[in-house]
Amino acid sequence: MDFNIEFKKWFIRISYDHWSFRITPLRFFLILLSLLTAVVLVYRFAFGLQSVSNLNDQWPWGLWKGWAVFAGAALAGGGYGTTFLVHILHIERLKLISHRTLLISLLGYTLMLVGLFTEIGRWFNFWRPYISWGHESALFEVFWCVSLYFIIQVLELGEIVTEKVFRQIHWFFVRFFPVFAVIGVMLPTLHQSSLGAIYLMTDGRLHPLWWSPLIFLFFLLSSLFVGPAMLVMESVLVGFAFGHKTPNDVLKILARIGGGMMILYLALKIGDLVVHNETGLLFEGSFESYAFIAEHLFGIVIPILIVFSPLINYRGWIITYGFLTSVGVFANRMNVVITGMIRDAGVIYYPTLCEVIISFGLVSTVLLIYLFLCENFNILLKNNDSCNPNTADGKPHGIAEK
Amino acid sequence: MSRGVLVNLTKCIGCGSCTVACKMYNGNQWINERAATNGEDAKLADENWTVIQKFRVPQTAAGMDTGANKRNVSNVSNVSNVSEEHNESKNLNHTNKADRTHGEVWRFVKRQCMHCKEPGCVSSCFAKAFQKTEEGPVIYYPNNCVGCRYCMLACPFKIPKFEWDKTIPVITKCVMCSNRIAKGQQPACVSVCPTNVMKFGDRNSLLAEAKELVSKDKRYVQHIYGEEEAGGTSWIYVSDTPFEQLGFKMDIPKKPIPSYTSTYMHSTPIVGAVWALILTGLYFFTKRKELVKTKTAENKDSETIE
Ligand code: SF4
Ligand code: SF4
Ligand code: SF4
Repeated sequence: MDFNIEFKKWFIRISYDHWSFRITPLRFFLILLSLLTAVVLVYRFAFGLQSVSNLNDQWPWGLWKGWAVFAGAALAGGGYGTTFLVHILHIERLKLISHRTLLISLLGYTLMLVGLFTEIGRWFNFWRPYISWGHESALFEVFWCVSLYFIIQVLELGEIVTEKVFRQIHWFFVRFFPVFAVIGVMLPTLHQSSLGAIYLMTDGRLHPLWWSPLIFLFFLLSSLFVGPAMLVMESVLVGFAFGHKTPNDVLKILARIGGGMMILYLALKIGDLVVHNETGLLFEGSFESYAFIAEHLFGIVIPILIVFSPLINYRGWIITYGFLTSVGVFANRMNVVITGMIRDAGVIYYPTLCEVIISFGLVSTVLLIYLFLCENFNILLKNNDSCNPNTADGKPHGIAEK
Repeated sequence: MSRGVLVNLTKCIGCGSCTVACKMYNGNQWINERAATNGEDAKLADENWTVIQKFRVPQTAAGMDTGANKRNVSNVSNVSNVSEEHNESKNLNHTNKADRTHGEVWRFVKRQCMHCKEPGCVSSCFAKAFQKTEEGPVIYYPNNCVGCRYCMLACPFKIPKFEWDKTIPVITKCVMCSNRIAKGQQPACVSVCPTNVMKFGDRNSLLAEAKELVSKDKRYVQHIYGEEEAGGTSWIYVSDTPFEQLGFKMDIPKKPIPSYTSTYMHSTPIVGAVWALILTGLYFFTKRKELVKTKTAENKDSETIE
C-alpha cells in the first residue's frame, strides 16, 4: 500500500498499491485539455448556453449534438456488433477483441451522456422523460434505450472488473452474461435506428440528399459497419501506447463483414436517391452536394475498394480503411446535424472555440480513462489467453490477476 | 370544440397593437435591440411570441387596394417612411425608371404559433412538455422540459424559441392565450385589433367562412394557408398577395408531422421483442454448435490458433 512516483526519461509513472498509470507528454496534453474543459463547463453551467456557444434560434442544434450525441453514439456503436458476433454467434476467433470493443463502447456512451447533459438547457430536469412519457417521440426511445444499455454495459464490463476486484461476485456476472448479451444487442439496435428516426420529422427542413424516409435504416447500418473500422483505429492506439498488436486476420474478418454492409448501404442510398428523383441534387454544385459526394466517396466507396481487394492484406491499408470509414461515418452525422441544415437555417453556423474545446476535451478525458483501464485491467486480451497481463514485447503493464 | 383564428391579411394596417397586447398580457419584455417586434426586420424570439412583419410587394402582385398601401394611414413605421419617400424622389435623378419603387404596396403579416391540429412540437417532445388542449391551443409546461430543443427542429414553421442567454432557460412560444380561452375570452391579440384582422371562433366554421370569402372574391389568393399545411392548423390565413412573397414557407409537408414517426414508433416494441427472441435463438443454436466443435477439436487435438 504505497504511493509512488517514478521519473523516467519519457514518462512519469504514478502507482498506488497495485494501480498504476504512466504520464507521457501526449497524456499530459490530454490531461491539460480535460482540465481546461472542466473550467469551460463550470462557466457554461453558470452563465447559460449563449455564453460559450454559437447556438441560437436558427441553429438549435450544433457541434455538441452532432459530435457527442450523433457521431459519438455511432462510433461507440461498434460494441454491440462485436457482442453479436462473439457472444451471440460465438465466433471464437473474435473473442480476443470483445473486451476492448465493449470498453470503447461503454466509454463512447459515457461521452455521449456527459455531452448531452452539458448541452441540454434544463439539465436539472434530465430525469423527466422517465416519468413523463412522450412516447411518440423517437428521442424517447433513444433516451430509454441508451440509459438501459448503459446499465447493461456496466454489467457486461462487470465480468471483467470482478476478475480483479470484488471477486466474490464474479460468478453472478458470468452466470447472467448471456442475458446481458441479448439485451445488450437488442437495445442498441433500436436506439441507433431511432437516432436516425429523430430526423424523420425534418422533412422539408433537412437537405433532401440526407433526408429520407429510410434515414433510420441508414443510421442503423452505418453504426454497424463503423464498428470494425473503429476497432482498427483503436488497435492503432493501443499498438502505439502499449505495443499490443491485434492480429491482422481478426481485423480482416471484421472489415469484410463491415464491407458487405457498406455495399448494402451504398446500394440503398443510391436507390433512395433514384426513387425520389434526387440524383440531380448531386450535381447542383452546391456546398451540400460536394459534402455529400466527399462523404460517400472517401467514407464508403474507397473503403469498400480496399476491403475487397488484395490491399486488405497490408497493415497500412487496413489502417487507411479504418480511418476513412470512421471519418466517413463521423462526417455523415455532422452532415445531417449541420451541413444538411444550412439551407434551411439560411445562415451559416460555426462553433465557438469553447464548443470545440469541450468537444475535444470530453474525448481526451475518455481516452485517458481508456488508457488507465487498459493498464490496470484485463482488456487487451492476447491470442487465446484470457488472462495474460503482459504486452506483446513482454513488459508488464498492469496486474490483471495474481 | 377546437378553436381557431382566421387572419385576413388584407385588413392589416401594421399598427402593432396586437404585439403590444401580447407582451402585456404574457408579461414579455421589449427586446428591440436584438429582435424587433414590428417592421421589416421583425422576428420571433424568446420574448417576441408574435410579431408584425412588413413586406414591400409590387402592386401587380397585390390583388387589392387595401388600407395598407395608402401612405397616409397612421401607423408606426409611417414617420420613417416619409423621409424614405423623400430620399426616393431625390434619388430618382440618378436611377433609371425600372428601379423606381412607385408601383409598390405594403403588406403586413402577423406571425405566431400556428397551433397545428397535430403538432410536430408535441410529438417530438420526449418529456411531454408540449401538449395540445381540447380547445386548440398548444401549450408548454416548463416543469417537464429538459431543454433538448428537439421541438425547435420538429416544428415545420420554426416557431419555438429558446432563452439562450439564461442560466435556467425555457422554450417559449405563443400559447394562444389558453387561460383567456378557458375563460371564454378571445386571445389578447385578437381582442385589440382595431381593424378586425383576426376572427376567433370554431376552427371548422372559420375555415368554411374563409373558403367562401376566397371563392366569392377572386382578388384573394385561391389558397387558405393553414388549411392543409402540416395537416392543418388552428390559425389560418387569407391574403390578396401570394403567400410566398410574404415570407410564408410553402414547402411544408401536407401530412401531419407526427405521422412521420408514428409507424416507426408503433412498430418498435414488436421489432424489439422479435429481435430479442431471434438473438436468444441464435445464442443457443451457435452455442451448441460451438460445443460440438470444441469436442471434436479436443478429440482430434488438431486445431491450433496462431
Ligand atoms: S406551429 Fe410549430 S410550435 Fe406551433 S403547434 Fe405547430 S409545431 Fe407546434
Ligand atoms: S426542448 Fe423541452 S419542450 Fe422541446 S422537445 Fe426538448 S424537452 Fe420537449
Ligand atoms: S394568442 Fe396570445 S400568446 Fe398568442 S400571439 Fe396572441 S396574444 Fe400572444
